[in-house]
Amino acid sequence: MKILNILLSAFRALQRNKMRSFLTMLGIIIGVAAVIAMLAIGQGAQFSVEQQISSLGTNVLIVYPGSQNVGGVRMGAGASTTLTEDDANAIQKECPAVSLISPGTRAGGQVIAGNLNWATGIEGTGADYLEIRKWGIEYGDFYTDQDVKAAAKVCVLGKTVADVLFPDASPVGQTVRIRNVPCKVIGVLTKKGQNAMGQDQDDVILAPWTTVKRRLTWFPYLRQVLVSASSPANIPVAQAQITELLRMRHKTPPYEPDDFTIRNQADLANAATATTQILTILLASIASVSLLVGGIGIMNIMLVSVTERTREIGIRMSVGARARDILTQFLIEALVLSLLGGIAGIILGVSGSSAISSLAKWPTIITFFSILLSFGFSIAIGIFFGFYPARKAAMLNPIDALRYE
Amino acid sequence: MSNHAPKTPPAAQNGKLIQIDHLVKTYLLGEVEVHALRGVTVEVSRGEFVAIMGASGSGKSTFMNILGCLDKPTKGNYALDGIDVSVLARDELARIRNSKLGFVFQGFNLLSRTSAIENVELPLLYGASTAKDRKDRAIRALDMVGLGDRVHHYPNQLSGGQQQRVAIARALVNDPRIVLADEPTGNLDSRTSVEVMGIFQKLNDNGITIILVTHEPDIAQFAKRHIVFRDGKIRSDKINASPKKAAEVLEDMPTIDEEE
Repeated sequence: MKILNILLSAFRALQRNKMRSFLTMLGIIIGVAAVIAMLAIGQGAQFSVEQQISSLGTNVLIVYPGSQNVGGVRMGAGASTTLTEDDANAIQKECPAVSLISPGTRAGGQVIAGNLNWATGIEGTGADYLEIRKWGIEYGDFYTDQDVKAAAKVCVLGKTVADVLFPDASPVGQTVRIRNVPCKVIGVLTKKGQNAMGQDQDDVILAPWTTVKRRLTWFPYLRQVLVSASSPANIPVAQAQITELLRMRHKTPPYEPDDFTIRNQADLANAATATTQILTILLASIASVSLLVGGIGIMNIMLVSVTERTREIGIRMSVGARARDILTQFLIEALVLSLLGGIAGIILGVSGSSAISSLAKWPTIITFFSILLSFGFSIAIGIFFGFYPARKAAMLNPIDALRYE
Repeated sequence: MSNHAPKTPPAAQNGKLIQIDHLVKTYLLGEVEVHALRGVTVEVSRGEFVAIMGASGSGKSTFMNILGCLDKPTKGNYALDGIDVSVLARDELARIRNSKLGFVFQGFNLLSRTSAIENVELPLLYGASTAKDRKDRAIRALDMVGLGDRVHHYPNQLSGGQQQRVAIARALVNDPRIVLADEPTGNLDSRTSVEVMGIFQKLNDNGITIILVTHEPDIAQFAKRHIVFRDGKIRSDKINASPKKAAEVLEDMPTIDEEE
C-alpha cells in the first residue's frame, strides 16, 4: 500500500471520529504548547539576566581584598585589610591593560532629607565609576576628581532614593544628611533596574570614596577596586597584570596564595546563566510530563480504535492487506494525530508565549530549536505510543477479526 | 508470483483450479483436540459453480477458511491455481488472497461510513495500481453488479441486497480466479437472495469459478455441483444436472411490495 493512500485513509479514519480525534490531540496540543511556553519563559529569563549582567559593563573587573587563608582561617570577602589606596593608584599607573579604576568603599545608614528618611547603602566611588559601569546621570552632575581628592560633602542619588526622599521637588541642590553628615545632592542617576540577583540597583547613594572613608566609616582600607580593562579581550591580560602587581606590592611569597580576589563579569554571567539554564530545564521537563500524558492518551485511543475496528482489520486482511500494511496504517494514524497536535501545539505555544510577554511583561524568547524540539518530540511520541496498538492490530488473526462482533 | 511458488504439483497443468489432497485441520480448544477436517480430498476445475453444504460443525466453514487462504491446514496439500499454498507464509497468503481470491460474506462486511466505490477499491489499495486505474476498475465492477448509479452511496444508504452487491463488486474488482461466498444470502429476504444468486450465475456464465457455502437447499439449487460435509469429511459430491435459473425463478416470484 502506497504511503499516500495510507495517509489518506488515516485522515479519513480520524475524520470519522472528529470529536474523539480532537480530544486525543488536545493532550499533545497542551503538552507541546506547555513545552514551548516554558522554554520561551526560561530562555527569556536567561536573556534578560545576560543583558543585565552585560549592563554592568562588559569589561569590568572587581578586585576584592582577602578572602584567603590567614594561618588556616578562611576570612570572609572584604574583611581583609590588604587593599589600599596606593594599590589602587598602582593598578591605574602600572597595568597597561587597565583603562579606568574606581576605588570603592561602602557604608550603610539612615539618610534624612527634610522630614523624610530612608535606609540605604552608600557607595564610595571614584570619579570614573559611572563610565566603568556604563551608567548615566539623569540630571545634575557627577562628582569630579577634585571632589574625590577633597573628600567633598557631595553625593549623587539613585533613582529610587531620589523618588523616596524628594517626591515632589528636584533633589539637585538640596542637602541630605547621611548619618548626620550633611551632603549636597549634585545629581540623580538614570534608572538601572534590578540586577541579576533581583536587587534594586537604584536604591543607592553614590559619594566620593574619600568622603565615605573619612566622614562615615573611618575604615582606612578599600573594600574593592572597580577596574575596567581597555577592551573585553584584554580582561585576562588585565587580570594577570593586576595579580602580578599586587603580589609584588604585598610581597606575597610564591608559595602563598593571593591575598586578594579578582572577579570578572564573565564569571558572574556564567554563574547566572547556569542558574537560569537549570530553571529552563526544570520548566521544560515539568511541561514534557504533560506531553508524555498526551502520548498515553494517544495510545489509549488507538487501542480503543483497534478493538472497535477489529472487523475492519479482518476485512482489510481478507482482501489482501499484509500485517505490515495494517501496522503502517495504525502507526500513521497515531502519527497524524500527534503531528497535527504538535503543529497546533506550536501555534498555541507561540501565541501563548507572546500573550505572557505582553500581559505579564515577562520576556519570552522562542527559538527555532525549541520548536524543532517539540515537533520532534511529538513525532517520537506518535511512533512510540502508536506502535503497540498498531502491532496489536497487525498481529490479529484474519478469521477471528472477521468474526469479531 | 509463480516463481515465488515453492513447488508446482504435476497436476497443476491439467486445468484443475483447486486440488486438495487429504486435508486435515485440528484445533486445540484448551486441552481438547477438535478435528474440524479429517482428510478431505477434492478437485475443482475452472468455471465450476460449487455449493458446499452441511450442518453447523460439519467442517464446511473451516474448509472455506482454508480455501480462502485465511487459515492453514494441519496436514495435507492445497494447490490453488498451481501454487502449493499450504506451505506459504502469512504475507504470501495475503498476496494470494489479494490477487486470486474474492470474498463475499454473510454480513456483507463493508466498511461503514465509506462510500461504495471506496469499499470496492479496497483490494486494489493493497496491489500496485494508480488512482485512476482503481477508480475505473471499481466503477466497472459496480456496473457489473448493477450498481453503476449508486457509486457514491454509503452502506447505510443501501438496502441489504445492494450492500451485498457492493461486496460482490469488491470481490470481483481484482479479477480473481475464484469467488468464495460464505452464506451470502443468510441476511437477505428470499427475493433478494434469488437476485444475488442471479448475479453469481451471471458471473459464472462469464467464466468465474464460484464456491458457495450455504445451508439452504433452495439456494444450493442454483449451483452446478453439490458437496455435502459431515463430521469433517465429504459425505457426498454430486453434479446438479439441472440447476435452477435465477432469472426464471424471479419471474415466477410474486413481488412482495404490498402488505398482505
